[in-house]
Amino acid sequence: MTAAVGQWVAMMLPALHVASEEGGNGFTPPTIGDFFPPAILFEGTWFQIDRIWIIRIVTTIVLVTVFVLAARRAKLVPGRFQAAIEYLLEFVRRQIVYEILGKVEGQRFVPMITTIFFSILAFNITSIVPGLNLAGTSRVGLPLLLALWVMMAYWWAGIRKQGLGGYLKASLFPPVCKQMPLLALIITPIEAVQIFVVRPASLTIRLLANMIAGHIMLVLCFTATEFFLLHASGAFKALSALTLAGGIFVTLFELLVGFLQAYIFSLLAAAYIQMSLEEEH
Amino acid sequence: MILVEEAPSGISLFLPEPADLFWSAVVLAIIAVVFYKMVLPPMNKILDERAEKIEGGLAQAAKAQEAAEQALANRQAMMEQAHADAAKARDEAREQGKQIIADSRASAQVEAQRIADAAGRQIDADKQAAAVALRSDVGELATELASKIVGESLADDAAKSRMVDRFLDDLEAHGVGKASPAGGPAV
Repeated sequence: MTAAVGQWVAMMLPALHVASEEGGNGFTPPTIGDFFPPAILFEGTWFQIDRIWIIRIVTTIVLVTVFVLAARRAKLVPGRFQAAIEYLLEFVRRQIVYEILGKVEGQRFVPMITTIFFSILAFNITSIVPGLNLAGTSRVGLPLLLALWVMMAYWWAGIRKQGLGGYLKASLFPPVCKQMPLLALIITPIEAVQIFVVRPASLTIRLLANMIAGHIMLVLCFTATEFFLLHASGAFKALSALTLAGGIFVTLFELLVGFLQAYIFSLLAAAYIQMSLEEEH
Repeated sequence: MILVEEAPSGISLFLPEPADLFWSAVVLAIIAVVFYKMVLPPMNKILDERAEKIEGGLAQAAKAQEAAEQALANRQAMMEQAHADAAKARDEAREQGKQIIADSRASAQVEAQRIADAAGRQIDADKQAAAVALRSDVGELATELASKIVGESLADDAAKSRMVDRFLDDLEAHGVGKASPAGGPAV
């Protein structure tokens, strides 16, 4: 799906290029700089405040307010608002945590996975919220911290269940090593990189790259629409309808991706914890 | 427009800046604290409570169903008992009716017998009384007749009685003699 959209965008680019040269009024494509907006306050310090900061703070306030209101007003017979919130909470609890970890083991991890799921969902959705227009997760800090949290959780779960030695042994020396000891020379380093680097890195990059790509596609579609409509000549103006339709499609697509990435991240977090809890895998 | 020397390269997307990490940690901490402390406990409590209520309701419904079935069974048993009682009462009544009729018949017969006996006794007594009265009347008549015949007044009661008795005895003896084939002539 993403590939198809990417291809479609790529097909439009030559047209953009031609129109841009004809019109003489340069087209501004989205750049990586979009993700590094200029600082508003405390530039260069640990407390630098910029557009991403505003997006994240606003999102946090909205998310926290919605859920606290829902929890405060929770009644035994739910209204529509409470039913919707409950549906989401139950989705995370049953479809993600209990589905993978089971009810007994999963119980402890419900708050963590729920927090992760709703944080990612909320910060992803800001990419299509008018006025914010940039995903809170499209800067590496947030995905990275979430991934580190997941890593700590699966390490903690494994050590708690099997002890440090037992966990490392179960993780680094899978049963196949007993049959073929030489294989451990290959498998053990791979497994070590896996539990120390690959899992958190893949969680971080998958989420970050998806949100960056989504933002670039959105910006491309809408700046192209603006350019075709206002600055391009003649027949090229008609292309603006296509790019606008593309923009609307990508917006809806971003909604899906935002949800999907939150789901995948939470699901993998639960799966990694589950792997740590297994005595041998 | 960002100047070329300021524009970050691709790799910088994946290298966290201190401010990015700091603020990410702050917002994540806020969200985590709120979810851990303020959102999930009350929501889970409500969800559990609801599940409990539903389970309790189902159990109660099952109990009520059971009670209803029990009541139906009781009612049927009672109906059967009542039918049996009614049949028994009917039989008893029939039996008692027969008994009453038989008793009445017997007592009627006894009464009839008693009335008949009493009537018999009355008749006997009357007969006796009539016989006594007749004897005295016949005596008197005979005495009167005899005194008329003999011309002798029998004023003395004792003598009269004696004479009457003798007369009657004679009469009886005569009667008997008259009844025999060798009967003499009447006095």
